[in-house]
Amino acid sequence: MRVIAAFSRTSISAIAVAGFLLSGCSASAPAPVEISVSAEPAVDGAFTLYSGRDEKLVQPLIDQFTAETGIVVEVRYGNTPELAALLLEEGEASPADVFLSQDAGALGALSQAGLFSILPDDIAGAMPAGFTSTDGTWAGVTGRARVVVYDGERYTADELPDTIDGYVTSEWAGQLAVAPGNASFQSFVTALRVLDGEDAASGWVKALAGNDPQIFEGNSAILTGVDGGVVGAGLINHYYWYGAAAEVGPENMRAQLKFLTAGDAGSIVNVSGAGILNGGATDADALEFLRYLVSPTGQTYFVEQTFEYPLLPGIDAPAGLPSLQSLINPELDLSDLEDLATTQKLLSDAGLI
Amino acid sequence: MVALASAAVAAIPLVYLLVRAGESGPTSIFGTLARGRVLEYVANSLGLAAATTATALVLGTAVAFVITRVQVPFSRAWLLVSALPLAVPSYLAGYGWLVSFPSINGFVPSWLLLTAVTVPYVTLPVAAALRGASGDLEGVARTLGRGPLRAFFVATWPSVRPAAIAGALLVALYALSDFGLVAMMRYPTLTWGINSAYSASFDRAQAATLALLLVVLALIVVAGERAARRQVPRAAARAVAARPVSRPGLLALLPILAVAPLFGVVVPLLGLLSRLLEATALREIDGPRLLGAVGSTVGVAVAAAVFAVLLALPIAALAARHRGRLVAAIESVGYLGHALPGIVVGLSLVFFSLAVVPALYQGIGVLVFAYAVLFMPKAIGTMRAGLGDVPPRLVSVARTLGISPLQAWWRVTVPLALPSVGIGALLVAIATMKELPATLLLRPTGVQTLATELWNRTVVFEFGAAAPYAALLVLVAAVPAVILSGVRSTAKEEL
Repeated sequence: MRVIAAFSRTSISAIAVAGFLLSGCSASAPAPVEISVSAEPAVDGAFTLYSGRDEKLVQPLIDQFTAETGIVVEVRYGNTPELAALLLEEGEASPADVFLSQDAGALGALSQAGLFSILPDDIAGAMPAGFTSTDGTWAGVTGRARVVVYDGERYTADELPDTIDGYVTSEWAGQLAVAPGNASFQSFVTALRVLDGEDAASGWVKALAGNDPQIFEGNSAILTGVDGGVVGAGLINHYYWYGAAAEVGPENMRAQLKFLTAGDAGSIVNVSGAGILNGGATDADALEFLRYLVSPTGQTYFVEQTFEYPLLPGIDAPAGLPSLQSLINPELDLSDLEDLATTQKLLSDAGLI
Repeated sequence: MVALASAAVAAIPLVYLLVRAGESGPTSIFGTLARGRVLEYVANSLGLAAATTATALVLGTAVAFVITRVQVPFSRAWLLVSALPLAVPSYLAGYGWLVSFPSINGFVPSWLLLTAVTVPYVTLPVAAALRGASGDLEGVARTLGRGPLRAFFVATWPSVRPAAIAGALLVALYALSDFGLVAMMRYPTLTWGINSAYSASFDRAQAATLALLLVVLALIVVAGERAARRQVPRAAARAVAARPVSRPGLLALLPILAVAPLFGVVVPLLGLLSRLLEATALREIDGPRLLGAVGSTVGVAVAAAVFAVLLALPIAALAARHRGRLVAAIESVGYLGHALPGIVVGLSLVFFSLAVVPALYQGIGVLVFAYAVLFMPKAIGTMRAGLGDVPPRLVSVARTLGISPLQAWWRVTVPLALPSVGIGALLVAIATMKELPATLLLRPTGVQTLATELWNRTVVFEFGAAAPYAALLVLVAAVPAVILSGVRSTAKEEL
């Protein structure tokens, strides 16, 4: 395994050198002197990462990667949508080699703009279909389940509905918090359309809109609201709760999570993922990092530190979460922007965005 | 000519928006504008800006009047306290309130909190102007039988009006461009729409179209300010002594002075403090990194202040002395940066710097440049008012003494207007310290400011760990705010 990895690294590096010699001196290329004296063959030992995932959760993994491989990672942290906009604006001039994204939608947008290079099969194909790109432009890294977060002082998990349809009935009027302008909510509505059909999805969205929904700006605001007892329940991604519980202690959380029935659109899994920008297409260090993210080591890190679903088959989900296998939906392509546009039209027609 | 160059710099975001929106074609632009809630967003943005501006104008003028014209104990300290809300970023004020009062949301809290954090934009320049205004006229009006309010409007208001209106314009633009507070308070304005266009649609053309709508609103506001300004050069006058007032009278005035600092500073900081005490597991503070963040925050703030003042000076000088379409256009463009969310201005400079000076991209220079574009408007208004206040007679007198126009400008106008330049620079410095979205986009990789460090923690729900950074940010930004409360608008009192 390690031998193969080392071999492929060498061959790709050779291509990188050839590319470098052919293209002449470019601003981001390593100095030729360094290459000739370097003991490692033709890799500059560094690359630039734009991380839409936060520093606290990602930096320890990067440090671990650097310790194991000696490859230095220059990281630029930001919010996923802003970094996606930044990458679109930078285009081919981007200093970034790798983009690590919170959600599939941003990866789809960059892929559609032609900014990603095609990944080798062992990276893009490492994850099951439905959790990675269909065209090899990006690789799924982790999964986060859509869940219902509820006020633990008002409800018990048992008395809450098990499917998403149960949350738009009259007893939930004014009591359900949603973030219609947020990518993860729109992914859920897309899933609803794909799984239950356009009519059912449209019916659900209209029922929600007519039920005095409490509109929040994003997942974290919803969690804060439910935890403060402002609203009875909300639709968010599961791992936000674990982030909040880490600081105040799980026993002090008023907000609690309910997982809906497997197969219900309300329990789909959104993926975070990574892709290699065209500028980093021949960078062996960048490829090495992506390989690390989808490796058992990388996947285990996310399970233990961020309570996310590992996408690599054979790695167990965090304790207490329903198994990922029951949530797989190969029909769903959450990075499909045409689907996204239809979803937004639906939400817009209902007056939610 | 120089003013045109400054205006060209300020117009970078506008050019960028036109390019991006234009790419999508008219049907797409129309489609975006016709979307479900866009009209509602526009109405909400306008309503919030109008309400906030009105209350900030009234409250700020009242506070300034009480501090300068009534013998309140510790008046210097009160002026200083009145400046403090400037140091609190709006998103922090919103979050701090939600800790203690989680259910507040909608228009009213957005309006009141925005007023609390923006009212110093009116209080400080009006207080400075009042200290230089000819209050004896007001006494005359009172002896002629006018009530105190009528007397104020007849005699004093005209002389503080330019300062008050210029401050109100900053409040209005701040309210239009704010996203942090309205997001916390769940009050959807146009900045929500822009944010959602980036974060859910990944559609820059759609975001640009909505941002252009915001530009239109801002131009209406700026035009309104020009119409309301009617600057009158003030006559030289002695400073007026503050009037004594009875103890019950003082007690009645106290709430006026205390309300903005209480809403904008005390309650939010207490909320953050309580989160710090609640936390059971805190990320430890990395001392050297914290010091580095303080250093870079102060560094970029000083650089941005100097650069923004240099950019604003030609526009302010032009607008102070001249009228006409071209001058109006130049001045209006100068204000644009302040009406746009930081992410839009940030992206426009990514676009611009990659096209023009790719070698400097992600360098500190481009970041400072972005701050100057964003916050130049804060300097334009005060400096225009300051330059306009220099009595032309004094310049004429200097000329008759045989010096050249340039020498007269340097030896008469500049010294008299210098305090207003200082005010402009300090306002820019404070705003720079608090800025987040453009900083995240344009900072050199690895550089941290206090605002980015704060974001680093709140984004993973470490509100307890964020509290010390929030407190430090407010503390650092309070330094220029305190200096600001001491600057006199013009040197007229010494005449």
